[in-house]
Amino acid sequence: MNVLQLAADKVAEPKMPALTIEHIAVHFGGLVAISDLNFVVNEGEVLSLIGPNGAGKTTAFNIITGFLKPTKGEVRYRGTSLNGLKPHQVTALGLVRTFQRTSVFQSISVFQNVLTGLHLRGRSRLWDTLLALPRERRSEEELRAQAAEILQLVGIAHRSRELAGSLSYGDQRLLGVALALAANPSMLLLDEPVSGMNASETATFMRVLDRVRGMGVTILLVEHDMPMVMGISDRIVVLNYGRIIAEGPPAAIQGNPEVIQAYLGQGAKKRARD
Amino acid sequence: MDQFLQHIVNMFILGGTYALLGIGLTLIFGIMRVVNFAHGELYTFGAYFVYLASALLGMNFFVSLVIAIVFGCALGAAIEFILLRPIRSADIDTTMLVMIGAMIVMQNTEQYVWGGVAKSVNTPFGESALVLGPISVSWLRIFVFVAALALIAGSYLLINRTKLGKAMRATFQDRDTASLMGVNIQFIYMATFALGSSLAAAAGALLGPVYVISPQMGNLASLKAFAIVILGGLGSIGGATIGGFILAFAEEIGAGYISSGYRDAMGFLIIILVLMFKPTGLFARAERIG
Amino acid sequence: MKRLFPWLVVLAFASIPLWLHDPYLLNACITTGIFIIAAMSLNLLLGYTGQLSLGHVAFFGIGAYASALTSLGLDVELIGGFRVVHEPWPVWMGFVLGVVIAGIFGYLVGKLSFRVRGAYFVIVTISFAEVVRLVALNWVELTQGPLALTSIPPFTFGLPGLGYVDLYGKVENFYLVLGVGVICQLVISRLTKSRVGRAMVALKENESLAVSVGIDVTRYLILAAVISAGIAGAAGSLYAHYLRIIDPDVFMFLYTVTMVIMVITGGKGTLAGPIVGGLIFGFIPVIARSFATPELQWILYGALMILIVFVLPQGIVPAIEKWFGVTDDKSATLEPVKP
Repeated sequence: MNVLQLAADKVAEPKMPALTIEHIAVHFGGLVAISDLNFVVNEGEVLSLIGPNGAGKTTAFNIITGFLKPTKGEVRYRGTSLNGLKPHQVTALGLVRTFQRTSVFQSISVFQNVLTGLHLRGRSRLWDTLLALPRERRSEEELRAQAAEILQLVGIAHRSRELAGSLSYGDQRLLGVALALAANPSMLLLDEPVSGMNASETATFMRVLDRVRGMGVTILLVEHDMPMVMGISDRIVVLNYGRIIAEGPPAAIQGNPEVIQAYLGQGAKKRARD
Repeated sequence: MDQFLQHIVNMFILGGTYALLGIGLTLIFGIMRVVNFAHGELYTFGAYFVYLASALLGMNFFVSLVIAIVFGCALGAAIEFILLRPIRSADIDTTMLVMIGAMIVMQNTEQYVWGGVAKSVNTPFGESALVLGPISVSWLRIFVFVAALALIAGSYLLINRTKLGKAMRATFQDRDTASLMGVNIQFIYMATFALGSSLAAAAGALLGPVYVISPQMGNLASLKAFAIVILGGLGSIGGATIGGFILAFAEEIGAGYISSGYRDAMGFLIIILVLMFKPTGLFARAERIG
Repeated sequence: MKRLFPWLVVLAFASIPLWLHDPYLLNACITTGIFIIAAMSLNLLLGYTGQLSLGHVAFFGIGAYASALTSLGLDVELIGGFRVVHEPWPVWMGFVLGVVIAGIFGYLVGKLSFRVRGAYFVIVTISFAEVVRLVALNWVELTQGPLALTSIPPFTFGLPGLGYVDLYGKVENFYLVLGVGVICQLVISRLTKSRVGRAMVALKENESLAVSVGIDVTRYLILAAVISAGIAGAAGSLYAHYLRIIDPDVFMFLYTVTMVIMVITGGKGTLAGPIVGGLIFGFIPVIARSFATPELQWILYGALMILIVFVLPQGIVPAIEKWFGVTDDKSATLEPVKP
């Protein structure tokens, strides 16, 4: 079974909302982390969530992926409400996230990492395993083939046998994406994927993202790296103090004075003009 | 009713020493996050030391008590330095296993040295008792209760009114920040373990003469100490004190009215029940587990 | 060749009764074998899912008592005046019930592990084992308490018409234990190398990450707990029907410590670890019995455990593997696709 094929089967009509975030509010005791968040991510698009530190991006991210419960509001993915779902149930719906730190299983090999990520695609039952039935072996072979494909796609197949913990930082992040892809996403949520990467690692990452997007996977990205964000996004949503202050294609955001003032600072304002 | 009063009296005496055990462990467990299985062995050590000093060497009983506590403190410091410091960065399971190893070594050394026959210690109080109507309390037990209270008060003052105590509290709250503010964490850890161990030794030194002394007495002591810590909440001296009395109460009532065989089970049942319904303990501040 | 090695080892073990005739040593082999099975089960929980359960001996003991009582029959009065009477059943049914009942308790412990983590979980499991021990000690009507359950029947194998054989002898019991051990090892091996095994390792390594790729952490922890407890129960049943006498001492914390030492020394999270650790700690008492008292032996174990943690924290088997440059199965792949 072709990994690329699987994802393509999941592509719905473009320009239809995939993820809807409605009136999400998050209060931690007296602190308002998010006041009233409303936006939509369309099928097949790449949307970036940006904003200064403390704007609420990570909180929003955790809400969407089920790691945090909102005080108010609802998140829906392709019509299904995510309220009250446990994180592994959110994943089963097709929404898969990556992590900023410890994005891989450190002490097992790269190949084993991706095999683990393919958990949801395995179809063997416990008895098949215990009795070593042929069905089990076939299922394992399929998974191994899929793992190899995914590693190919992400570009780290040559490191299959190495321990994930011994990989370079950039490669670990790529492995993190491979893990996420293994979990059969129709939408990927990337948490600051290129933070700490150098220019060449970032460029490699962007190429991988392009390939992923080509498979029809919707992408929501939280990021600080402006050139990357501007280069890859179809639309951008800007958060500050728990609210959206601007929304639109990169060109619109680049020139938006409110955004620049809130976030990019005076120097960037000058750079944006050039 | 008389029985009940007697139980209450026993509860106070037992509770005081249990509180000492609990306070010692809550400090160690709370500040250092070490699952100290050797805690009970310090308790046993305190008891055997009093036996050695007073019964075998003929020293004054009260002096023996004091020296037992001092040596307990020293032993605790030594254990921390030799066993825990080198593996400071290891995870909690690893330190736990090392402590289990220490427990095995200590307990079997005691068994080897003293044999399995229980020992008893004669005290200056003899068998004399204070009789108040229907209840009688031996002077020894009254002394134990008073001494325990004094030590509890001493611990409280140490933690809350001294510079050392302040440093310990800071380390408990946030180790990294405390270190940045100039607290010598290595020293604090050693001091914590030494202090906790001395309290355990004190509990053993006080209770040993009341009951009998055997090499296995530490096993139950460790587990009861954990029950008290869980009841009272990690790092809370007040909680550990109250927890000690609650455990003593549960044991007395359990032994008196259910069955004496299940006395020791009380502590364990408490642990299970409390953790099932309130994983952070009865008095703890909201804190992440594990 | 690598795949044949385990079977060669099994063959080597199987040959033991052919050349070893000393009953004391054979007995040591049998009890060591039983403890190795128990250690293997603890390894599943500790080494693969990372849960340090120090109450494991409870499952062993529950399996032993459940199996023994099933085959002896019982007659007890429960709270409320209900009388429960049970006629003796065949031993193999006792074995099955021992496994099942131990497994049920494993399920309860597994569920509990969700509310309580880390050090508190360890404490709860110890408490659980102690409560079970005290019940066994005090509920005399059921368990005979410290007077011990005696005259437990041995395993019986046979078919109607062909005749039956009672396993009283050491040689027969040795092969029984070996057989059960091989089956348990197969079960654990297949489990850990499968999708289920990967999920377990993942939840030990990094729980949030495991959850994010869709692994239902609760489910796999409970599964590990149930299977682990069941296998320990099997070991307990073997113990009961071999020794044919058990008392509440079977629940001693000491035995949990023994299993833990075996697993940690051998190498937690490896398939061969519990076996290597078990052989070492099963036979040290045999070798040392002539010149060291039990206390000294235990002092040795304690010191050894501390030493292993300091010097070889991963255990002996991984150290050996590294020494011989043997890569373990985990990193083996199909032909890696050329980039």
